[in-house]
Amino acid sequence: MNKYTEDDLREELKTKEYEYGFYTDIESDTFPVGLNEDIVRAISHRKEEPEWMTEWRLEAFRAWEKMIEPEWANVHYTKPDFQAISYYSAPNSKPKYNSLDEVDPELLATFAKLGISLDEQKKLSGVAMDVVVDSVSVATTFKKTLGEKGIIFCSISEALREHPDLVKKYIGTVVPQKDNFYAALNSAVFSDGSFCYIPKGVKCPMELSTYFRINQAGTGQFERTLVIADEGSYVSYLEGCTAPSRDENQLHAAVVELIALDDAEIKYSTVQNWYPGNAEGKGGVFNFVTKRGLCEKNAKISWTQVETGSAVTWKYPSCVLKGDNSVGEFYSIAVTNNYQQADTGTKMIHLGKNTKSTIISKGISAGKSQNSYRGLVKISPNADNARNFSQCDSLLMGNECGAHTFPYIEAKNKSAKIEHEATTSKIGEDQIFYCNQRGIDTEKAIALIVNGFSKEVLNKLPMEFAVEAQKLLEISLEGSVG
Amino acid sequence: MLKIENLHASVEDKAILRGINLEVKAGEVHAIMGPNGSGKSTLASVIAGKEEYEVTEGDITFNGEDIHELAAEERAHKGVFLSFQYPVEIPGVSVTNFMKTAINETRKAKGLEDMPAKDMLKLIREKSELLEIDRKFLSRSLNEGFSGGEKKRNEIFQMAMLEPKLAILDETDSGLDIDALRIVANGVNKLKSKDNAVIVITHYQRLLDYIVPDFVHVLYNGRIVKSGGKELAHELEEKGYDWIKEEVNA
Repeated sequence: MNKYTEDDLREELKTKEYEYGFYTDIESDTFPVGLNEDIVRAISHRKEEPEWMTEWRLEAFRAWEKMIEPEWANVHYTKPDFQAISYYSAPNSKPKYNSLDEVDPELLATFAKLGISLDEQKKLSGVAMDVVVDSVSVATTFKKTLGEKGIIFCSISEALREHPDLVKKYIGTVVPQKDNFYAALNSAVFSDGSFCYIPKGVKCPMELSTYFRINQAGTGQFERTLVIADEGSYVSYLEGCTAPSRDENQLHAAVVELIALDDAEIKYSTVQNWYPGNAEGKGGVFNFVTKRGLCEKNAKISWTQVETGSAVTWKYPSCVLKGDNSVGEFYSIAVTNNYQQADTGTKMIHLGKNTKSTIISKGISAGKSQNSYRGLVKISPNADNARNFSQCDSLLMGNECGAHTFPYIEAKNKSAKIEHEATTSKIGEDQIFYCNQRGIDTEKAIALIVNGFSKEVLNKLPMEFAVEAQKLLEISLEGSVG
Repeated sequence: MLKIENLHASVEDKAILRGINLEVKAGEVHAIMGPNGSGKSTLASVIAGKEEYEVTEGDITFNGEDIHELAAEERAHKGVFLSFQYPVEIPGVSVTNFMKTAINETRKAKGLEDMPAKDMLKLIREKSELLEIDRKFLSRSLNEGFSGGEKKRNEIFQMAMLEPKLAILDETDSGLDIDALRIVANGVNKLKSKDNAVIVITHYQRLLDYIVPDFVHVLYNGRIVKSGGKELAHELEEKGYDWIKEEVNA
């Protein structure tokens, strides 16, 4: 038979390269490998940080030295050698650009390859954007428009210089320095990230967006994001990530802190497409991320994530529902293929009265990958009438992958109502044939079925992101039905 | 239109079709009847190109072209449609979205642009009226939670949307009450023309009161053992299949 079979597809997938796997030759200022107090001081110094910040970092570093890398997640990998990583790498064009014209043309070409022309972004889409390459923020667009509303959107380094009081007041309040191994490491060495402050009562008129990319070999990326929505304000924040294809593993250990004050709302969307390693499981990014949000009274935080990349993902965007009537949401699609491993989920910590949380998790596993949902719903004694609804659906492709669900529930208040639903399904030959018979080829059929499966989460993404996310799902899963 | 010669097919090395000969011309309605396990559904799947079935001998030509090496979707693009006996569920994919994808993929295969949204909506409205389908039904996930009757009606709706040259209705009557049966049969009759053909696979003569066949074939043990006009269906209804088996085994 000359027909294009699933085997052909599988073969094509194996040889299909990661689309964003190019490396840009930009001169970089990269620190020697290794980590000690001097390196931490040097990072802080290089970024011209205030003294308290240097101390804050050192405190984190000292704590980190005594901590042990966690092993409870359902993932297996060779632990990174933390002394073999360079903790600071910056594209070598200093000082920071005042306009895009000053940006290294090579870097601009990189953005073009990624399909993000900053100029276009600026003019057309109305998305304000911060771009972090390796460790340093290279461009923040739209600053002026936002400034008129009193919105601060800049790199965290800049925030430390221009708005030190705001940073000092909130950094580490949601994810303390010693929260966990990777958060402590990040607190000690983070080199950049985004900062955002929305003043009281202001609805941010556009989506804010940060784009992360690891470029240099042998570097880790440790960005720190801090978003503060003051009383009654609203912001929708987008985050996208890619990295070049490399044989060695690269480390990404980010921390994101969200603070939603009374009546504020933060919507945080991520499309994560770090290099997942090749078809044999060589290379790829270790994505060890701590994301957490704090809700004050009547506040709301929504996490939406589409995770298709990384060799290993360890990530639990969480909500601390401190204020009465606050709402936490978590919508997730996690796709694993080949040898990828993902252990991801959320924590909903109900502290206030009448707090509500919703968890919708969609795990899609293909190849030889392992995909775990891990979630905690905790209702504290004072959280009267707390509500939670959780739904965890797994879709399997082929016979060599795994889907796991670890839902933890701790309810210490009798009035709590907690619902948990879980399903596991498999893309069947019958579904594929049904689509084929209607003129839809196998590749398109898988895309259709996966999109249907993920629809509830895709619907939560802002429009322009949803399209990209759908495309990513298709690319990540082509030919993976066995 | 469809010409099957000495067709042998097996699944997992088990021979199911053992030398089928059948010719269906444009404008004709053929009924294929036969006891359980005689190979009726296998024949439908083999014509549609289901991979699990291996054609071990013989030919299938469609409008003069040998199609037995073509993938299922390529056969669909050429105008072969199968109304499934057990339509599968595809959660999260609405009937409308599914049809839009199917139509546009077929157009793409023919080198045509996507159908403009306006035309698509008009087509959907026309065809859903033809089959007395509530518009709300079209935004539901494909076959998810559908009753037996809804599933079958949805199959015929898809047939109406795709306007195939050859429609094979595999046990479309099973699970239908008399009203649904009438609606489905009326739909099929309205879609019939001198340019297309229908193969009706059924156990019972009941459906053939509504969709009147030009030819009736009896399939038994992987072979067509008897062919005749519509009166053959009545005879089978009256006498059952035993006399056929006896004739064959004699």
